[in-house]
Amino acid sequence: MSVAASAAGGAAAAARIGNSAARALMRRHRLRWWEALPWLAGIAFYFAFPDYLSFGCDLVVTILFALSLDLALGYAGIITLGHAAFFGTGAYTVGMLASYNVWTEPITALLLAALAAALIGFLSGLVLLRTAGLTLLMLTLCTMALLEQAANMGHAYTGGFDGLPSLPIAAVFGVFEFNPLYADTQYLFALGVLFVCFVFVRTLVYSAFGQSLTGIRENILRMHAIGSPVRWRVLVCYTISAALAGIAGGLWAQTNAYVNLSALGLDRAATVLIVLILGGYGRLYGAFVGAVIYLALEHFLAQIYPTAWQLGLGLLLVLIALFARGGILGLGEVLWRRYGGKLSQRWRGGHTAP
Amino acid sequence: MTEIRLETQALSRRFGALVAVQNIDFKLAAGARHALIGPNGAGKTTFVNLLTGVLPPTRGRVLLAGRDITAMAQAERVKLGIARTFQINRLFRGLSVLENVCIAVAERVGAARSMFYPAGKRTDVIDEAMALLQTLKLAEAARHRVSELPYGRQRLVELAITIALSPKVLLLDEPAAGVPSAESHIILDAIERLPEDIAVLIIEHDMDVVFRFARRVTVMVGGALFAEGTPREIESNPQVRDVYLGQAPYRAAHA
Repeated sequence: MSVAASAAGGAAAAARIGNSAARALMRRHRLRWWEALPWLAGIAFYFAFPDYLSFGCDLVVTILFALSLDLALGYAGIITLGHAAFFGTGAYTVGMLASYNVWTEPITALLLAALAAALIGFLSGLVLLRTAGLTLLMLTLCTMALLEQAANMGHAYTGGFDGLPSLPIAAVFGVFEFNPLYADTQYLFALGVLFVCFVFVRTLVYSAFGQSLTGIRENILRMHAIGSPVRWRVLVCYTISAALAGIAGGLWAQTNAYVNLSALGLDRAATVLIVLILGGYGRLYGAFVGAVIYLALEHFLAQIYPTAWQLGLGLLLVLIALFARGGILGLGEVLWRRYGGKLSQRWRGGHTAP
Repeated sequence: MTEIRLETQALSRRFGALVAVQNIDFKLAAGARHALIGPNGAGKTTFVNLLTGVLPPTRGRVLLAGRDITAMAQAERVKLGIARTFQINRLFRGLSVLENVCIAVAERVGAARSMFYPAGKRTDVIDEAMALLQTLKLAEAARHRVSELPYGRQRLVELAITIALSPKVLLLDEPAAGVPSAESHIILDAIERLPEDIAVLIIEHDMDVVFRFARRVTVMVGGALFAEGTPREIESNPQVRDVYLGQAPYRAAHA
């Protein structure tokens, strides 16, 4: 209201500075010290577990894929079960370009993967984002199934069920070769790509555009009523999310040096959804927590109980669904709100006491 | 003659065989404080939905300051200055009160398009939202989640969001509905303090609210205009008493 704003301009600035809500809003996009932790852990992993770097690559790719889903599902509230469509598009873009020696430079190949996935996301989004709920869920699933079948039937180009093995990937910056036996370059490259993508997503989420996406998730009818171009916003978000999923898929193809139909299936789409729900959606770092826990569980449970390791995962999911709707990060927030204040008080008290 | 902000010409809307709104010619002037009353099912909310573009009319036109906006989508009409509140709150329940208003302000000033500039650095948006919350006496509640507020306060946030859009025409669909009578005065105070120039149309069942607030009253019955006049004229109109005001049990049930 311009009337109120002009009448109380100076007072408002004072109110903004004096008000805790306004301060919180102004500080939200600032970096916090703990945000360095995932990256330090990522670098530490490189030195601590040199034998597990291909596992590390999987982890980074899963995080990036879950992050892309978080943008669509967690921020804009687009319920999708077909996100692997974009992962697969990215993977096959990189795979086919490399396999036929058209384009093997890894960074630009990822950009092309992003572009291809964005195109599919935009075109399918034009149609299916007009729907909501179950219809939307089924349509995203159908889009993915169509692409999967296309990849299966076009086996002259895609390798069909067998996929495309032994992809030649050029050295990063023309210097750092991908070693098929030892994934050190792959891991650092993937970590770097994840970092760039994460900075992008983080910036987006804390912008006013990101805020309006949250508004769409919270109450789409109200967003219409305040004059927001909701359809367009959601479409833009979906397209960006698809592009990021495409990069994740491309990275997957590069780090594994192959691509096959598993890039596109329901299995992958469902897994990334589970990862995100496990970690907590709409939280930026839910993708990190979810991916680490999912892959760690997969790794260790499969060692203990190779035939039915998914049972343990299922039980955990049931617990999360029942008791921690915000995922593990959400649970952490609740616990911190309840006990964290007291703990930090006691801790501080202990240190300042004479 | 004051400027006519909003006008409808022969506005009609059918749902199948049901004629929800029938041939309505209606004018709302700048600075108007106009109440729309009528029994349940009279078509009041459908009428508002036609004005805001939630529904397309079957026939007729809607004009905003003389400009035909009948074919315009809701979002475009909001940009031109038609804002509304809803009978049932439509808020961002998981977000803070301040953020609720900020989202509306950001949308109006065009900040919401920017993808790479932190929302927290748009202090102009935050200042405006804070100023608005202060005039509505909501500044203390700014940090609370909307879902944590008592219902009366939530209605006030709903009002704040619409005022944040700088409307030329404000449509209030039962702003005090569901608010305990002990709290309803905070809503009414806020409505009375709205900038004078805004044309306000209020749909209300509570006659105390209508007579306190409105300078003109329109009665709708069965989708059509039934009577129009000053509150005093409407109150003393025997036919209106028959169809509406006389329904004592109805009023008691909603008190």
